[in-house]
Amino acid sequence: MTIIHDGFSATRRVILKGAGAVVLVGLGNIPFSLAPAFAAANDKYPEDAFKAKSEADAIKSLYGKTAEPSDKVKLDAPEIAENGAVVPISVSTTLADVTSIAFLVSENPNALAASYKIPAGTMPSVANRLKMAKTSNVIAIVEAGGKLYSATKEVKVTVGGCGG
Amino acid sequence: MASTIRVRATSSGETTEVQALIQHPMDSGFVKDAKGEVIPPHFIQELTFEHDGKSVFVADWGAAVSKDPYVKFSFKGGKKGDDLKISWVDNKGATDTATAKIQ
Repeated sequence: MTIIHDGFSATRRVILKGAGAVVLVGLGNIPFSLAPAFAAANDKYPEDAFKAKSEADAIKSLYGKTAEPSDKVKLDAPEIAENGAVVPISVSTTLADVTSIAFLVSENPNALAASYKIPAGTMPSVANRLKMAKTSNVIAIVEAGGKLYSATKEVKVTVGGCGG
Repeated sequence: MASTIRVRATSSGETTEVQALIQHPMDSGFVKDAKGEVIPPHFIQELTFEHDGKSVFVADWGAAVSKDPYVKFSFKGGKKGDDLKISWVDNKGATDTATAKIQ
């Protein structure tokens, strides 16, 4: 967690204040024409996978195949998360030819949390922060050489991050 | 205009480590406000990092990514002074773009 705040913390509060206002005002002004440019440059946003309720459905929708557990996928998550709204989770792997990495939280209303495309030349290692509704298994999926590998870890949540 | 995107990209010679922090509510659509009304979903769906005209990292996000999202990754290549272009688009079609210099 210290890494996260390094460098950012000094200016973060100021930015928060400023950016909050800018985001609200800015929404109306930003030209819509930018959006199609993104869509063309990337693969389509996997809307169905993000709407899937269970992790099995999400994986199936995202990849069309199933994952096998692998000790080459290293999932780093806290044993206990005091705040389910911000759970730092990272994954790295020693597998070669990684093309994508996905994070799923089993007990969330929609299991799939994030999916990352890893182009050639980018390290197969991602850190991010996720919301967790309650104590749940967190699953990292690594797609390498056309196959899926997974790692699972239970994270205990004392305060949920999805309201209710 | 102040950007919603804060990026630190550091080259260590062979690889460049990128940390990004974005200001965004990332409302999941499951949270109720003080009046008991559901706050509609509002979250970043796609976040792209480009270096030298190529995507080096693409994130597809759901509503389960935390408010003011943070992400860290690294890629091979990238020299001090190179440009790294970052852009996101959310589920309401809003976008923001920033360009950071690799340090």
